[in-house]
Amino acid sequence: MTLMKRLLGASAVLALSAVAALADPAIIYDVGGKNDKSFNEAAFNGAQRWAAETGGTFKELEMQNEAQREQALRQLAEAGANPIVMTGFAFGDVLNAVAPDYPDTKFAIIDNPVDQPNVQSVVFTEEQGSYLAGIMAGMATKSGVVGFVGGMDIPLIRRFGCGYAQGVVAVKADATIIANMTGTDGSAWNNPVRGAEIAKSQISQKADVIYAAAGNTGVGVLQAAADGGVLSIGVDKNQNYLHPGQVLTSMVKRVDNAVYEAFKSGADLKPGVFVMDLAAGGVDVAMDDNNAALVSPEMKAAVEDAAAKIKSGELKVHDYTSDNTCPAGQF
Amino acid sequence: MDLASFLQILDSTIRLATPLLFACLAGLYSERAGVFDIGLEGKMLVAAFAAAAASYGSGNVWVGVLAGIGAALMFAAIHGLASITFRGNQLISGVAVNFLASGLTVVLGASWFQLGGQTPALVDGMRFAEITLPFAAPANESGDLGLLGGIYSQVLSGHSILVYVALACVPLTWWVLYRTRFGLRLRAVGENPAAVDTAGVSVTGLRYAAVGITGVLCGLAGAYMSMGLSAGFLREMTAGRGYIALAALIFAKWRPWYALMACLLFGLLDAIAIRFQNIDIGVLVIPVQFTQALPYILTVIILAGFVGKAIPPRAGGEAYVKER
Repeated sequence: MTLMKRLLGASAVLALSAVAALADPAIIYDVGGKNDKSFNEAAFNGAQRWAAETGGTFKELEMQNEAQREQALRQLAEAGANPIVMTGFAFGDVLNAVAPDYPDTKFAIIDNPVDQPNVQSVVFTEEQGSYLAGIMAGMATKSGVVGFVGGMDIPLIRRFGCGYAQGVVAVKADATIIANMTGTDGSAWNNPVRGAEIAKSQISQKADVIYAAAGNTGVGVLQAAADGGVLSIGVDKNQNYLHPGQVLTSMVKRVDNAVYEAFKSGADLKPGVFVMDLAAGGVDVAMDDNNAALVSPEMKAAVEDAAAKIKSGELKVHDYTSDNTCPAGQF
Repeated sequence: MDLASFLQILDSTIRLATPLLFACLAGLYSERAGVFDIGLEGKMLVAAFAAAAASYGSGNVWVGVLAGIGAALMFAAIHGLASITFRGNQLISGVAVNFLASGLTVVLGASWFQLGGQTPALVDGMRFAEITLPFAAPANESGDLGLLGGIYSQVLSGHSILVYVALACVPLTWWVLYRTRFGLRLRAVGENPAAVDTAGVSVTGLRYAAVGITGVLCGLAGAYMSMGLSAGFLREMTAGRGYIALAALIFAKWRPWYALMACLLFGLLDAIAIRFQNIDIGVLVIPVQFTQALPYILTVIILAGFVGKAIPPRAGGEAYVKER
């Protein structure tokens, strides 16, 4: 019995030290899922890039529902993962509560500024990237009607929509912008059927360019747009390849870079809020072989011109979240 | 609201009502035979997964349909075995089916496709194409056809074949239930299985037949979800449609034509919620959540007996015990 106890104790100590020594970084994906071909998948790609370059391993968790957030976060922190990166604004409140309990663990959150001494927050200026996408939509539309499909109805997504609307109006002052949100809870990120229905409804209202900022729901939007013979705009990750020649562009948000950098700095992760804007390469519109035929030289010139002006500060795109209003229409 | 957007909402209604209609008729057969089935959701889900996976693997949409029906039949067999042969509690068996489907689809999907429980996106040929009915005008030119022409060209035409199958199932179900010997016995077995047994007809056989039909119809519902409404399977993609279908079944008081009406009504509510987020009716704004909750609210009102009485089949929910 005593031998047994000793053996068990020894193995327990071994197991504990193994966990402590590893200190792998960890990433938690939001309910849209790791393979949403958008936001979370971009984060996954960043983590993968880090793993390929360093040969390291990382832990990952996918949220299945809202109730798991705190549990997942604590579980990873207890297991000794460091740093822990989470994708999505929805972790904000939970992180605020959990971070002080694990002062030695570093956390990184994307899309939501969290003010804690061991938390790095990475936010993107989506309004700038969306503005550029809006310029392209405004120049590509023939009917003068463009659509926007948001995921969950939150100020962050309205920021996408508002930037887009400003871009459209900048090149086509009389354009109509139809904006719809998929829903008001987390499932709105993962509902392509509803996304497709919304896109069909917008197409029947004469929209011929539809911008989807809705995670996995956007897959349905892009599909419906391709089926309906109109153009679409992808989001977060370059989605031009999903329907070559039918996706006008993608508003790329370099979530992958944010995750990669956080993993790379490891336990030395710098706390604070980092703003990834157009100038810093945090957001952009994707140009590749798949959409080359859709982008005219004038369109390209207009985008480059606007990008230069935004970078220099000459042109300021209104940020919806700063005052909850949009100068370019109702959101 | 102009005619075009009215027609567009009806068009959307038909698409959204189809999976509900399949599932509702599926539940109708089962419950009319005295086997309550809250596992409609699970059967749809597993069928949607099997259909998308098989269609992706084979490149043929019909292989997908068969796989979907097969998977739903297997789950129906589990429910039948538990609740008919072993006389277990039908509700608990149904819940088990739902949980099993929800877990199994993700686990199998993750291990087969490495996409976190999704199937890869289905391309043309792996999913249902839209059928344009004869003489129907193309979708973009149907604005000036008037009401009837618009309804024909835009609302009735341009859906995948399963939509028409679902609509055809309504009169078929009515005919089977009320005009055939099998239907009479099916209804009897849900009301008074002892009488059917006395007449020398197998209660078990009839109930299994009903549960089997339920499986086939749920298979079609699932196949339509993953290959008609969208292009591929996603975790929990049925999103409560099985429960809405049950609500529709109660709303329809277990009758086929009323089931069609109930499903179209619930589909319409869904279409309205998608088209108009918050509805401004002058005095107040109806939030989109209210429209989405309306099917359940209506069902509760019906169940509470405000609008006529919904009386379920008398022997529903009870296993038939031949002798003690």
